[in-house]
Parts: sequence; C-alpha cells; structure tokens
Amino acid sequence: MPARIVQKNRRPFRKLKVDSVTIDIIESALRNARFEMDTVLFRTAMSPGIREQHDEFPLIANLEGKMVVGQFGSFIHGFLQGYDGTVEEGDVFLTNDPYSCNGAISHINDWLMLMPVYKDGRVIAWAAMFGHMTDVGGKVPGSLPTDARTFYEEGVAVPPVKIIRGGKLQDDVLKIILHNCRLPTWNYSDFHAIVAALRTAAIRCVDLSRRFGDDVFYSAMDAMLERNKRAMRELIRRTVPEKKQHFEDYVCDDGMNMGPYRIACAMWREGDTCIFDFAGTDPQSISSINFLLNEEMFKMFAGVYMIMVFDPQILFNDGFYDLMEVRIPEGTLLKPLKPAALSCRTHALGRIFDVLGGLLGQGNPAFMCAAGFSDSPHFMYSGYDKNGEWYQLYQIGFGGIPGKPFGDGPDGHSLWPSFTNVPNEFLESYFPLRIDTYETITDSGGPGKFRGGNGIRIGYRILEPGEVSIHDDRWLTYPWGVNGGLPGSRSRKLLKRADGSEQVLPSKTDRVKVEPGDLLVYETWGGGGCGDPLEREPAMVAFDVDAGLVSVEGARRYGVVLKNGRVDAAATQALRAEMATRRGAPALFDRGFRDIAELKGRCKAETGLEPPAAPQFQARTRSRRRAAAEARPGRA
Amino acid sequence: MSYRLGIDVGGTFTDLLLVDEKSGRTWSAKVPSTPKDQSVGVLAGLMRVCRQAGIAPSAIGHVMHGTTVATNTVLTSSGAKVGLVTTRGYRQVLQIARSYVPGGLGGWVIYNKSLPMAPLALTIEADERVDARGEIVRPLDEGALRASLAKLKSAKIEALTVSLINAFANDAHERRIREIAADVLPRVPVSLSSEVVPEMQEYERTVTTVANSYVRPVVQRYVNSLGKKLASKAGEVKLHILRSDGGLASAASAEEYPVNLLMSGPAGGVTGALWVALQAGFPNLLTVDVGGTSTDVALIMDGVPRLRRETTVGDVTVRASSVDIRSVGAGGGSIAHVPDLTKALRVGPQSAGADPGPAAYGRGGTEPTVTDANVVLGYLPPMQRLGGDLELDRALAARAVGKVAAALGKSVEDAAQGIYDIVNENMVGALRLVSVEQGHDPRDYALIAFGGAGPLHANALSRLLGSWPAIIPPGPGVLCALGDATTALRDESARTYIRKFSETSAKEITGILEQLAKTAAAALEHEKVPAQEMRRSFQVDVRYHGQGLRLTIDVDAKDLAKRGLKAISDPFDAEHKRLFTFALPLEHEFVALRAVVQGRGITVKRPAIPRGSRDPKAAAVGRQAVTIDHRKAQATVYDRAKLRAGNRIKGPAIVIEMDSTTVVLPKHTGLVDKLGNILIYPDGHKGLR
Repeated sequence: MPARIVQKNRRPFRKLKVDSVTIDIIESALRNARFEMDTVLFRTAMSPGIREQHDEFPLIANLEGKMVVGQFGSFIHGFLQGYDGTVEEGDVFLTNDPYSCNGAISHINDWLMLMPVYKDGRVIAWAAMFGHMTDVGGKVPGSLPTDARTFYEEGVAVPPVKIIRGGKLQDDVLKIILHNCRLPTWNYSDFHAIVAALRTAAIRCVDLSRRFGDDVFYSAMDAMLERNKRAMRELIRRTVPEKKQHFEDYVCDDGMNMGPYRIACAMWREGDTCIFDFAGTDPQSISSINFLLNEEMFKMFAGVYMIMVFDPQILFNDGFYDLMEVRIPEGTLLKPLKPAALSCRTHALGRIFDVLGGLLGQGNPAFMCAAGFSDSPHFMYSGYDKNGEWYQLYQIGFGGIPGKPFGDGPDGHSLWPSFTNVPNEFLESYFPLRIDTYETITDSGGPGKFRGGNGIRIGYRILEPGEVSIHDDRWLTYPWGVNGGLPGSRSRKLLKRADGSEQVLPSKTDRVKVEPGDLLVYETWGGGGCGDPLEREPAMVAFDVDAGLVSVEGARRYGVVLKNGRVDAAATQALRAEMATRRGAPALFDRGFRDIAELKGRCKAETGLEPPAAPQFQARTRSRRRAAAEARPGRA
Repeated sequence: MSYRLGIDVGGTFTDLLLVDEKSGRTWSAKVPSTPKDQSVGVLAGLMRVCRQAGIAPSAIGHVMHGTTVATNTVLTSSGAKVGLVTTRGYRQVLQIARSYVPGGLGGWVIYNKSLPMAPLALTIEADERVDARGEIVRPLDEGALRASLAKLKSAKIEALTVSLINAFANDAHERRIREIAADVLPRVPVSLSSEVVPEMQEYERTVTTVANSYVRPVVQRYVNSLGKKLASKAGEVKLHILRSDGGLASAASAEEYPVNLLMSGPAGGVTGALWVALQAGFPNLLTVDVGGTSTDVALIMDGVPRLRRETTVGDVTVRASSVDIRSVGAGGGSIAHVPDLTKALRVGPQSAGADPGPAAYGRGGTEPTVTDANVVLGYLPPMQRLGGDLELDRALAARAVGKVAAALGKSVEDAAQGIYDIVNENMVGALRLVSVEQGHDPRDYALIAFGGAGPLHANALSRLLGSWPAIIPPGPGVLCALGDATTALRDESARTYIRKFSETSAKEITGILEQLAKTAAAALEHEKVPAQEMRRSFQVDVRYHGQGLRLTIDVDAKDLAKRGLKAISDPFDAEHKRLFTFALPLEHEFVALRAVVQGRGITVKRPAIPRGSRDPKAAAVGRQAVTIDHRKAQATVYDRAKLRAGNRIKGPAIVIEMDSTTVVLPKHTGLVDKLGNILIYPDGHKGLR
C-alpha cells in the first residue's frame, strides 16, 4: 500500500498561467536554495568525504515529487509507492537501502533523507539530500568490503523509516543505527547536518510560496519542468540520431580476481524519445561491484551530459524524463537482484559516464570527449594509534580529466561535481601518516590535439601500524582516446616496505597490513586524449615539457622533437609526416588494446599483476512472489 | 596638518574627498582617472580639491587611499614573473590546486583551467621536510637549493615565493631560504607563506603567497611613486592604503603584503556607506554598490562589516581577510538575452562594458543592457546627463530592448520591465548570500545603495527583501573616497592554533592573545598612533572537533577570566545554532587565535543641510512618463541639490543629481533627513511617522 500523505488543508492547488519572468525569479531562488543546502552541510558535517570532498547531493522537488533543482533525479514517487505508512508535517525519513528506493542511492554508505515541505497544512514541495558516511559498520572499516557476496555483509541497512516524527527525533532508532557504526560521532553530526540542510530548503520554499502565493509557486515549478522538457525535446531531436549507436566499456575486475565485466548500451531516437538499452551488459557479479542503477538517475546523467556538451545554459530538472526511456535487464551488473552486494559500485558508476560519452558523441563526433570519468579511487587507512585511539581515514582520489573538444583536461582534477581534495596538511595533522609526494604523473595524460589530464601520484608514508583498503579501476583497460587521441595511462599501486621489499597491490583490496616506514605509492589513471596529437601546436607541447607535465620522450608521441628545450621544426615536421603515414586515418576510438585476450596476454608483464580470470556468474531471476514481498519494506 | 584626504581611483573617474578634521567640513572633486599611471590623476585631483578648499596641499596630514591596482593586476594577468619554492614532492601544488572543477555534474566538459600565477617551469623543490607538529624530519639541503635558485635567476624572475609544507607550524626553513635567496637573487622581493598567511592548508597558503608576489612589484612601484609625488606637493604626509578588510595599512606594509589589498576599492565603499548610515542612525545595513558590470553587496551588523577569511578576484581565491563582499555580474552594462532553446529571459553576466556601453549612450552599442531598460522605463529621463555631459538616446535604447521583446513576444516596455525585474532578482541573490545564508533576516536591516546605478534599483531591492529604509546618500558616487577618508588605522595578528578545549586552558589562550596583541600594536606604534588611542579586541576561530568549518567568536577577556573556556563555547554553540539550526554535544576545538588593534577613527560629522517644508515642490524640475510594474504613470522629477531636510517625496518620483538617479516607486515615500540622505519607506511604514 502506498504512503498516505496527511494534509489538514485539502484545498487543491490551482494551475495558473505564470508570467515567464516570475518563473525565472522562482527558478533562480530555488537554485540558490539548493546551493544553500550544500553550504549548510559542508560547513557542519564531520565525515571528511562530505565536508572536504563534497560527496553529497541535494534536491528540491515539486509536490508530485519531481526534481525541480538538484543533481540526482527524483526517487520520491517510487518511495511513496513503497512506503507503508503516513507522511505528516514535521516528518523526516531516512534510508540507506538501495533496494528500498529503487537505487536512488546505490550503496549503504549513502544516507538519504527526505522531508515533505508543508505550508498551511498542505505539502507544497519535497526536499531531499544524501551524503556518504565514512563508516556504516559491516565487515571492514569504511564499509566497502571488496569481497562481500551479499548486501548483509556491508553494514547496517536502514529501510525507509520516519527518523523524525512530527518534528521529534526518534532517538532509539538513531541509537541502534549509530551503535553499529565505527565512528558514531561523525554519523551523528552528519545526520544533523543533513536535517539542517533540508530545513533550510523547506524555509526557502515556504518563503517563496508566501511571497508569490501557493498557486503561483506550484504552477511556476510546473512551468520550470515544462520549460526544461521543451528545451530537451529540441536537443534530443537535434543531436540523437535515429540510427542505433552502440558502445561498450569495462570494469576491469571484481576484487575477486575475475574480470573484466562488460557494460554495453545502445542509444537511438524514436520520434521525440531517446532510448537507452543496456542489453548485452554482463550478469550481476558475485562480489560487491554491482551498481543498482536507477533509471531516472540515468536519465538525469544523460540529460546533463547533453546539456553540457551542447548548451550549458539550460537548467536541468526532471521535466524531460518522459522523453527518455531506459531499459536495463534484470539480474545484470546494473540491475542486480537482492541480496547482491553493492558497496563497491563506484567503478561501474564511473564507467557509466564513459559509456554515455561514447554513445552521445557518435552522432556528433565534433563534440566528442575522451574517456576518463573512470572511477572514484578510494584510499582507506585505519587502526589504533600509540595512545590506543581509533583512527580511520576514507579519502577519494582523482585522476586526469579527459581531453575535450573545448580544451585540455586538467591534471589531477575531479570529474564529480563540487568534489575537492583533502589538504595534505590536514591529513598529516589528524592521521598518522605523511604525504611524501603529491604530484601528477608525467606523460600519463593521453596525447591528443587536446591532451588528457595527468593522473596523480600520492606517496603515503605510514607512521603507525594499521590496515589499508584500496578501491580503484582502469588498471587493466585504458581510458580511451577519441578522434585520433591516444588513451591515458592506467592506474597502479605499489607498496614499498620499510625493509626495502616491493609489492604491486591489486586495484581492489582490503586488510593490507602496513607498518611504520612503509610507503604506499598510489597512482591514478590519466585522461584520454581528444583529437589528433599530430595537430597539437608544437609550442604547447614544448610548454608542457618545460612544465614537466610531458617528457621530452613523451613529446615524440605528439610527433614533436625538442632539442635543448626548443622545438626542432624540421625534425618535428618529418616525424609527424612519418607518423601520419604509419598510422593512417585516425580512429574514432582508441582503446589501447585489440581484444580482451590480447590485453590479458600482456597484463602480467605490464602491470605486475596476474590477469583476472573470466567472470563466473550466478544467473538469478527473481520469483514473482519474492518480487511482491520485496516491494513491501519490512516483509522481505 | 588637520586635513585628511580620501582618494578612490575608479575605472573612469578618480574621486577625492577632503575632510577638515576640526570642523568636519568636506570638499569633493572628481577628475578623470589616468589608467597608465594612476598617480597622475590623483595629483591633479589633489590640487583641485585643495584649491576648492582654499588650503595649501601641505595642510594635509593623512592621505587614505583605496586602490584597484592590485585587483587589476590579477584581472588582467599583468603581474610579475614569479618563482616558487616548494617542499620536495609538492612542485605541482598549484597545478593540482584543490582538484575542484566548477559547474556541477558534467561541468568538466566546458571547464578550462587558467594557468597558475607561478608557472610550473619556474617552480623548484627544496629538499627538506617539517612535520605537522613543526618537528624537522629532514634538514634543508642548502647546496641543492642554491643550484636551483640560480636557475630561477637565469630565468629572470621578478619575485620569489617560498611555501613549504607545514611551514605554519615551523617557519625555520622558509626563513633560511629567504637568506639564501637574498644572496643568490639580490633585489628580488621574497614572500614567505609563514608570514603572509601562517595557516594550515598548503594550497591556500601557497596560492595566497604567490598572489602576494605576483602583485607585489606593481603595487610597490605604484605606492612608491604616489608617495614621492605626494611628498613633492604636500610635504610630509602619511600615506595609508585601505585594505580588503576595511582597515588601513601603512605604505610600507601595503608594499610588503599587497595580497591584503585585492578588495581595497570596494572595501572603501562599504566603510563609506557605514559612516553615512551610522550618522543617519542605521547600524544594521545591507550595502549595494551597482557599477557598470557588477554589483557588490555586503552586510554590516551593529556597525561592524562582516569579514570573511578569503578574497576572490576573478577566478583566484586567496586566504586574506576581506569585508565579505559578494559580487554578481549584474550592473548597468549587463546584457539581456533570450536563449533559443529555453526562451527564458537572462540578464548578464556578459556586459557591454564602458565601450561601446549601453545602446542609449549612442557609442555604437546595440545589445540591450540594464541601462537601456532603465531608459525605456523612463527611470533615466532625457534631462539626466550621466557624469554631467553624456546624453541618453531613448530611441536607440528602445531599439536594443526591442530585440528581447521580439524574442519574448512582448511589448518593448514589458521586456524592459522584465530586464529590470530579473537584474533586481540577481542582485537579491547576492544579497541573500550575505544575509539569509549567514542566518540574518534582511528585514532587520536597512539597505544603502550607491555607485552610479545603485539608487535606480534601491527601492525595488528593498521591496523584495523587506529591508527598510532604502538609504540614498547624497553624492553616492563619492562614497568610496568618503570611506577612505574616515577609516581608522587597524592591524591584526593571528596564528593557527589547533587544540581541543580539554588540551588547553583559558590562561594559556589569554597569554597567546596578549602576545598577538603586542605584535599588532607594534605596527600601529610605528605609524605613531598613541597607545591610549588603541583599542584591542580578540577573536578565536572555533569548531566542534572533527568539523571543517571555523566560526569566529569575539572573546571578552574579562568573561574568559571569569568563566573559563565556557565564555567561548557558549557563544559558539549559540552561533552554530543560529546559523545551522542545531548545536552538538561534542567537544570544541580551537583553530586560530587573533588579536586586532585599532586606532581612533575620525570623529567628524557631516554638516546638516537646511530644513524645508514637507512638500518638496520647490525642488521639482519636471514630469516624466514612466512604466512601473507594467503600469504607465507620470513621475515628478526633482533636483537633488534643491531638496531640503524634512521634504517628503511621494512616489512615483525620480531624483536626479550629477552622478546618479534615484527612483521612488508608487506607494513609497522618500524622506529627506537632516544630512541630505533620502530614506525611502513604503507608505504607512512607521519610519515615516
């Protein structure tokens, strides 16, 4: 039974024709409110992942639950369908269970909170936000076990519960949850920070509704959705071909020495509708790299990418969702069945963006960006220090931004919205480690007319005995280049022990014991190159060499010959001519390998790691009875 | 020696304001700016204003100057060739920055990062290491450093920055490198991160110190040349430069730490607005400075401008205190357009600039700007001459606005009204950042508008925010110079101090604050401020242990002695609750300690204007057809110079003066106070009683 929304005021909203300038005003006011939510959370949260790195996402939705401003697409309708209970004024809901909200959040580290916004006894809007908690319990610190086989091993899962009932915090419920987390203080304050952000949004919505009138506010939100739909319809018509485009990419391994896993997608247009079909994607993994991909969220990703590439002025919201159809087969890596483990979904999530880039660009190669949105490398380090105090670090790293038709990809920057790095001086002050090296890796960005950004090399010097976890990808496959651009370099992790021995670590691993004096050299991938490297201005190549971002040897990959730091024009011309002949016409995609077998064949020699075995799948389909039970929280 | 001179150098005009410290009488002058060497315009203005006052330039004792030299150097990328020394392993600290890509999801697709102010090719590494507690892990390799510095020498760097990891905790290596640099690179100015901003966070410290080096030679040349020229005309004067935080720096300190001057110009406006508003009896204020391309806003609570611990110019953000001024790309020259896909009306951030400027200027501009909308709506009447001589062409304005009208399918008046409304909303967005986002209710604040275009929008902004009255000071254009002239000398000394409350004591904190106050006072003593005129205040930055934020709490030394650290934690909890709706039962942590020492400001008052009757008809100079809120009306036009104290201007009305135009909306009344300010209230408001 769907949720029952309790409203004292039953007067329906009237749909008015709202002057376009008023819509603009409400639109900018709501956009400001959404940024205010961010500000409140960043300033008060404690998990470094939220407060320093900004791993959080807000939204404001209209009373039907459609996102009007925000970044993760609306799940509210689905939530209301699945929640068996009432929604009342002053309630705030909490969940971190991806299976209960159809993947609106995709692993249990993300705490999602939802609040109805009431005014004069009626719901006028919804505010929601989620943030990544450093720890939610489970079998490993950080709650992202690479070897989990089921969701139950990953930590404390909270189905949608009314954590604040009529304005009153349900202390007992929160206590149980916090009791299962390793850093309860952080979760506690991050929880309150999210509530504060939701309240901020609610106050803004009520203010706006008061200023313009409830019916105008209601109608303006509707008009914003409609306006976005109109713009997106035009964009889809202009940019998505009716002919099917195919693209596929890979997650290198599953943390259990199997891989790579294929993500395949086709895109085409039928009338005004853009269709994405993930048929051909590999079945769900037995490890935790599954990514429960919410269809609406994928629409948002796709829409945002189209907007960014073709017309960044458009404000995106849920308005265009009718214009897209997303088909994801059940039981695959992107729609695993409960209780498949989900915690390490970051690799597939990152790869979805590369797949999108590969699809969208094919119809318009001139607008095509290279790959490099490849992952969200994690570093975790925990243990007890000399004083017997528990320390636990969760840090997100960055690689190189892909080359794009508008310019080079920055070196060591974030592809995730509003993410930042953690200052090393902060890390050294609060955790028992020293950062000996923090630099980008020369030549790691894929050469192109527009160079891919270099990856980052971080040298973590360990100062206390502890354990390290690593989550990364693109160690086997490469971030591909486009339109003649070459692929970026792959990631790599090397542990140099204090005793002088060295060990290449897998890209996904838990419980690596480390001792004082050990040095972990953590290298991320470079962005793919965009456009023909032989067309890059030789002076720009020389500039990068001068800066140390590209080596003299690396410059030759652009066909540029340097002598004593200066471009040798004649030698450059000759080399470029020779390379052009040898290469022939530039390919649309350069993946850096011919096929998977060939790639695996040179894996050990190039990476120092054994190639992963072909994945074994546990094919599962769900029974009708089970599907029905799962739709009712608390009875599954 | 009883005169003070305030100087504000703008893009087009240089404003000067001379104050007789005894009588409080003021004289102002406006001369064209001389962008090539600003001191030329300044000198011309100085001579003119002295002639007006009938005094010899040597009667001027203090010159207070707000300058945009540092700002423009950053905005036009015309700074010094800067070399940078980092710790080994950190050469790319500016290249990686904070890894932040603006623009939200997918923002990277269109993001092109600008080059760092210290090129990588001129960045060298020092083999050394200090840990987070300040212990030396690896001593400095001096031989290797000398060799690297020699390379920078042959590259002919013009300034050097030293920014080493954890230098906030121990500056020994940075100081040693300066000594070596003095040897290898004599005459190249050296900036140390441990001096410019001794705070944690390597990127912020480095970029701030590099920015200091970047603008330093330019500022040095300018301040030096200005000082010499002033001395040649006026003999021994003390030259002070207004800092971004609204305090004054000596010429010497300005030359050494120019990164503190990046907001010097706008800070003058805020202090000037404050000076005016305090005398009118309004200590709680939102300030709105509307220029040609942007609008700067700030919030003043209880007579104190809110500060923030960073300054942003263009895409450079540095750790230097500044008045919390937010800029939005919405000014008189902002261009309105209607994107093809969305059919939404947008205004700015593109601007027609000064050249060609708005279409109404008749200098070849064809894009519809905010000024053109104001002309179409009748708010800028034909009898108004901008800056005294510029004639406005309504037909050209209407033609330009017509483009937007056609795209929207509306009348020209409706389109102009749309532009006016949208740009007001954009300004309100900036005002919300400094008010509601910081937990302040704009209804508790008056709004003061200045800059050429501010008074055109003031009434509308106040109506949107509920901020009454809207204050229009006389001569809103010279407010910055006024602020410069009335500012007190101020210096502060701060240090990063990360300790949980349980690890320190009220006594220890008091000891450090006293020490910091001594350092800050020394700078004022150097400027010959008598000790009895110095006012000390203490601030601490605090958070809950584990948080990343820092809230600045004013410390009452007596209360601290009496109640211990609760005198800090209680107000912190209250502030946290006010800002974020909750407080936490968790341990508090100090982040930084700061002492501020301030000299006495000028105590002069502005003279009153003559009293008149309630009816301002003696000042009426005509009628003007206007469109307000989509309705046509006839507004009375008044000459500001003829207004008298006690006059009540019923809206719709327009008040013109040489450098600005004020709009009073229907159902609103502008009350002229005894100092000549126009205070606009909605009819029936208690302020009118």
